[in-house]
Amino acid sequence: MTLLSFDELLATTIEKNLSISEIAQQEEALFLELSVGDVRSKTQENLIAMREAIQNGLKSTEKSVTNWCGDDAVKMTQRYKKQKALLGTLFEKITTYAIATAEENLRMGRIVACPTAGSCGIVPSVLIAVSEERNISEDKQIDALLTAGLIGLIISYKVRLAGAVAGCQAECGVAAAMAAAGLTQMLDGTPQEILQATALALKNILGLTCDPVCGLVEVPCIKRNAFLAVHAVTASELALSGIESKIPLDEVVDTLKITGQLMSPLLKETSQGGLAKTKTAIELEKSLSKLKG
Amino acid sequence: MEQQSLFSVISPIMVGPSSSHTAGAVRLGLMARNIYNAPFLKVKFILYNSFATTGFGHGTDKGLLAGLLGYSVDDSRIKNIFDIIKNEIDYSFEYVEDISRFPNSVDIIIDGKRKISGDSIGAGEIRINSIDKFPININGNYDTLLMFYKDKPGMISRVSDIIQKYEINIATLHCGRNSKGGIASMCIELDMPAKDEIVEKVKALKDVFFVTNVRKLK
Repeated sequence: MTLLSFDELLATTIEKNLSISEIAQQEEALFLELSVGDVRSKTQENLIAMREAIQNGLKSTEKSVTNWCGDDAVKMTQRYKKQKALLGTLFEKITTYAIATAEENLRMGRIVACPTAGSCGIVPSVLIAVSEERNISEDKQIDALLTAGLIGLIISYKVRLAGAVAGCQAECGVAAAMAAAGLTQMLDGTPQEILQATALALKNILGLTCDPVCGLVEVPCIKRNAFLAVHAVTASELALSGIESKIPLDEVVDTLKITGQLMSPLLKETSQGGLAKTKTAIELEKSLSKLKG
Repeated sequence: MEQQSLFSVISPIMVGPSSSHTAGAVRLGLMARNIYNAPFLKVKFILYNSFATTGFGHGTDKGLLAGLLGYSVDDSRIKNIFDIIKNEIDYSFEYVEDISRFPNSVDIIIDGKRKISGDSIGAGEIRINSIDKFPININGNYDTLLMFYKDKPGMISRVSDIIQKYEINIATLHCGRNSKGGIASMCIELDMPAKDEIVEKVKALKDVFFVTNVRKLK
């Protein structure tokens, strides 16, 4: 993929009169030496794996090896059956699918890293829940995932998508930006609106640290997937209303990178600070070492 | 900035929970399998640093073993690998803290005779750093011709001469040695797998001790 900035991407959409997903599939076909059809099939394979992860996650209450997490998606389903969520069915689906996928990940189930395994619930929950509720065609879902992918890729050219590099900004944060972009594409947003949604999502996760308890992808990672999935929808709704980020997207990405550099290493996936160094986390660490034997 | 595929951001389809500690572990196991390329009965894994301290919760041990047995990163059976293989293979794990090693690092010792060392460098990407005591550099993204030989002038041209006769393009070439005139290694990343004939011809060169064609990871 040769597009290195969002300014370049937007200029290309105008110059060639193409959507972001069309540019994504063309560029990817060139890069992988495949046909556009093959790129779309490969994208669909990931979409199918995402749906399977949601379905498997919704059914299971199997705990992780630590025994800390694993039955939250089922808890949510049961509660929503009795009492509707304040924000309606779509909210129920998004939050449940995000947790279901993240729980499937922690119990060593099959998921799609998007962009990472720890943030695997965000893009699928938003795109799949909305497409079910709004009867979105398979083709439009593929377009949405292509758009999400291209947005994530351009961000990754500036910032390595790893908690160790820029904290959770670069994992769940970027996942939320990708989901916001994909959703805006799916709802027929213009390229400008897609990039605005991305900027709005990213601006509001700046500073997010990576402080997993015992270094595991469980606390706070699993629940964060649900929170940031909803965050992505907020960004998309604002952008589709014509609201613009005063700071352009490329500058927001630079800010994310610089914020990552300013962040203490104690808060970047080392589990030496934040939630990972709370009294309770230290107790959990002790109980885990007993479990390991 | 090197160009990347969009599928570096969406993908891999993998078993969780961590791309570096689970998918990376499976790929290190798969790479060791491709390098060893022979049946085996015994394996010892030495896990270093973060692999050692968080490997239990991330299934790093299961991933390494499953990879070595040829399971792919998205195989749902990985979490049950210890029950599946029972006593067919004698496997063991050791956990070590060593700040001279990369945070996510492993030695894989197969049948007590070959030690393959590598790191998981993030997002499921890996690199193999050494075989036995010899430095190498393989990341699994290319078919790689790997060889050890006596360090002396002219070896690169002799080997590349053999490869070019088969019209295979060399993507990268990396050499290392333990000392001047000592034992040297060459890793040649190719755009196509080296044919058996190439391996045989390189083997037949004077002062070449070991040659193998390491297949890339899917």
